[in-house]
Amino acid sequence: MSESFEPKIIAFVCTYCTYTGADLAGTSRLKYAPNVRIIRLPCTGRISPMFILKALQQGADGILVSGCHPGDCHFTHGNYHARRRWMVFRTLLDFTGIPSERIKFSWISAAEGHKFAELINSVTDDIRKLGPFDQYKNLIRETEAPATL
Amino acid sequence: MAKIGVFICHCGENIASKVDCNKLATSIGEHPGVAVALDYKYFCSDPGQERLKKAIKENNLTGVVVAACSPMMHEATFRKACAEAGLNPYLCEIANIREQCSWVHTDYDMATQKAMEITRSMVEKVKRNNKLQPIEVPVTRRALVIGGGIAGIQAALDIANAGQQVVLVEREPSLGGHMAQLSETFPTLDCSQCIMTPRMVEASQHPNIRLLTYAEIESVDGYIGNFQVRIRMKARYVDMSTCTGCGDCITKCPTKKISSEFDCGMGKRTAIYTPFAQSVPNIPVIDKASCTYFKNGKCKVCMKSCELNSINFDMQDEFIDLDFGAIVVATGFQVQDNSVYGEYGYGKYKDVINGLQFERLASASGPTSGKILRPSDGKEPENIVFIQCAGSRDCSKGVRYCSKICCMYTAKHSMLYAHKVHGGIAQIFYMDIRAAGKGYDEFTRRAIEEDKAAYFRGRVSKVWQENGKLMVRGVDTLLGKPVVIAADMVVLATAMVPQPDAKDFAKTIGIGYDEYGFFNEAHLKLRPVESSTAGVFLAGACQSPKDIPDSVAQASASASKVLALFSKDKLEREPVVASNNETTCAGCWGCVLACPYNAIEKKDILDRSGKVIKRVASVNPGLCQGCGTCVTFCRSNSLDLAGFTEKQIFAEVMAL
Repeated sequence: MSESFEPKIIAFVCTYCTYTGADLAGTSRLKYAPNVRIIRLPCTGRISPMFILKALQQGADGILVSGCHPGDCHFTHGNYHARRRWMVFRTLLDFTGIPSERIKFSWISAAEGHKFAELINSVTDDIRKLGPFDQYKNLIRETEAPATL
Repeated sequence: MAKIGVFICHCGENIASKVDCNKLATSIGEHPGVAVALDYKYFCSDPGQERLKKAIKENNLTGVVVAACSPMMHEATFRKACAEAGLNPYLCEIANIREQCSWVHTDYDMATQKAMEITRSMVEKVKRNNKLQPIEVPVTRRALVIGGGIAGIQAALDIANAGQQVVLVEREPSLGGHMAQLSETFPTLDCSQCIMTPRMVEASQHPNIRLLTYAEIESVDGYIGNFQVRIRMKARYVDMSTCTGCGDCITKCPTKKISSEFDCGMGKRTAIYTPFAQSVPNIPVIDKASCTYFKNGKCKVCMKSCELNSINFDMQDEFIDLDFGAIVVATGFQVQDNSVYGEYGYGKYKDVINGLQFERLASASGPTSGKILRPSDGKEPENIVFIQCAGSRDCSKGVRYCSKICCMYTAKHSMLYAHKVHGGIAQIFYMDIRAAGKGYDEFTRRAIEEDKAAYFRGRVSKVWQENGKLMVRGVDTLLGKPVVIAADMVVLATAMVPQPDAKDFAKTIGIGYDEYGFFNEAHLKLRPVESSTAGVFLAGACQSPKDIPDSVAQASASASKVLALFSKDKLEREPVVASNNETTCAGCWGCVLACPYNAIEKKDILDRSGKVIKRVASVNPGLCQGCGTCVTFCRSNSLDLAGFTEKQIFAEVMAL
């Protein structure tokens, strides 16, 4: 891969903790890598594995999922559902051959602006090292037809 | 055909310095479905909002994206502006290009590119937004206050005085909490009970307050405006309706040597007891674990002594179910168990006590009637060593936080001691003196200058007994010398910690807590009395260590939040709720298991003859809080979440 590869990372975050934590990083004027695009959801419990697959298919090189710390979920236990779902989904990914290290799972509270900035930097570095994720892109190119939902 | 308007805010230089807003407007203007794209210096300003409204009307827009600050900041502002221009407010979305773009990136081109993608993603979302109507829910105008200490009493009185109904629940047999245990209070040295008991009586006699003592919260269901709470009334074995509180039973009870919780083990009580003389209500309870009758099946002396036949050994716990519109949590704190400091000899030497025990010694209602006497031999101590931060600010053994009140109460203890034992020497080991508060620093100066308290800046490493004295070895870091003091008594300024069951309680009621078990506020600075759950408010030391003035202030703040809530007949809620497609629902009930709010019910689908042909899931929009966990669980893609539909999110992803 080339040195200048800039990964595209899509983050699925809950609005109550991580999204607010990301806002705090902004309010605190912390600087971090510009590679992540955030999709705001009410709760990590809302995050379907399909979103992650779709994002990878659309050309994302990495995925970040982040929500409230265990015990702190605004909806009492949506994050536990997300965690359990992730444990199962990760096994499935490994089985299907999609490298699960492209997907990062994390807890960031609304007070952890610093941690958010650090996480974005470390995730960006990690994905940059992994290089572009072109499994789907190649597949699409070969079949010459856009994949549908 | 979608006609989306995109409004790009410069936010002065906040966005414009890192994002090329003009270029952004030009390129997003070419995006399919975008009818108009404008940039302006401040869209949140009045002229900015006017521009937005004008553009909506002129272009007959079907959706709006405002690329500006975080939705937490101005989503409400712009949605209101849309509504004023005749557009359903839920057809407006915010693209966050300030907090999550311009403020955090330095590269102009990359930030512009990112802002473009964020905005484009939101345009694609808005194209799939639906018109929504806010959900109206009724408000039950009755407040539940949990905890009958000074914070709970204050909150209950404030709400009741405003004419609203309050139920005040206390798990101990009497109101009062920790404040009732204190001797005198800093920085004025007024007697705690003298200022506390009138409040307790006022709360118990208030026509708008229903007092439930010796009661605990069993379960909490529902949501803001509509909580359903089950309260367990623990069996007192004394009939509250007939008992007059004459106290004959207490005098006659043969089991007299039970360590008194109220006196922190410094005094004794009987098996049938009231915690202290001014208890409210002044109705005793039987401590089942210590009562001779409950242990051996024989005794009933209290029953025989009671002329009103108020004693009933067959009493059972009872449950009361009540509806509430708001909850104030004021469950208070505990003092840390000092046995973590083995080297200080707490629990090993009788004359090493904690601050709360010293309060009981100094209290006129305490086991020594306010005389400072050594627990070991009942003699007056000639000197006392006070050790501050015995637990607080100690990462290795105690807690990392400052307990906030110990500097002040240790200064107070040294003064009380000097006033009661003339010639007594108070020696205090401290880390820092934290006396921030009205009249607080003056108070500690008074302890040092007038009452001659000797302060040593340093920690104590060990306390041991030698020739009937407690030897205290510490260091005076200002002199740079080790110090050994032979003391008659040692008082540890113990850390304030959450109630032992605080975390379980938080789960019962559905609020968040921190690493220690103190309850979390919705925002540390801007929403300090609201919990993360709407309609549940916090007061007093259950949130963090607090002194009396802070607890009272927070209690009044909580009460005002409750009253604001009760000022409306109906509440408007965001219509972000799940709904189910009953045609495709297979009735697997995965959603029922996933829902944290029991908002999903099983509904029968009937044919014309009334026969059940199918059972499907049905979401109660009043109960649904909109987390969307059920949507992800749904195997047949029948459930969806308004505002965050599958279509919307996929569209967002695909636009990135």
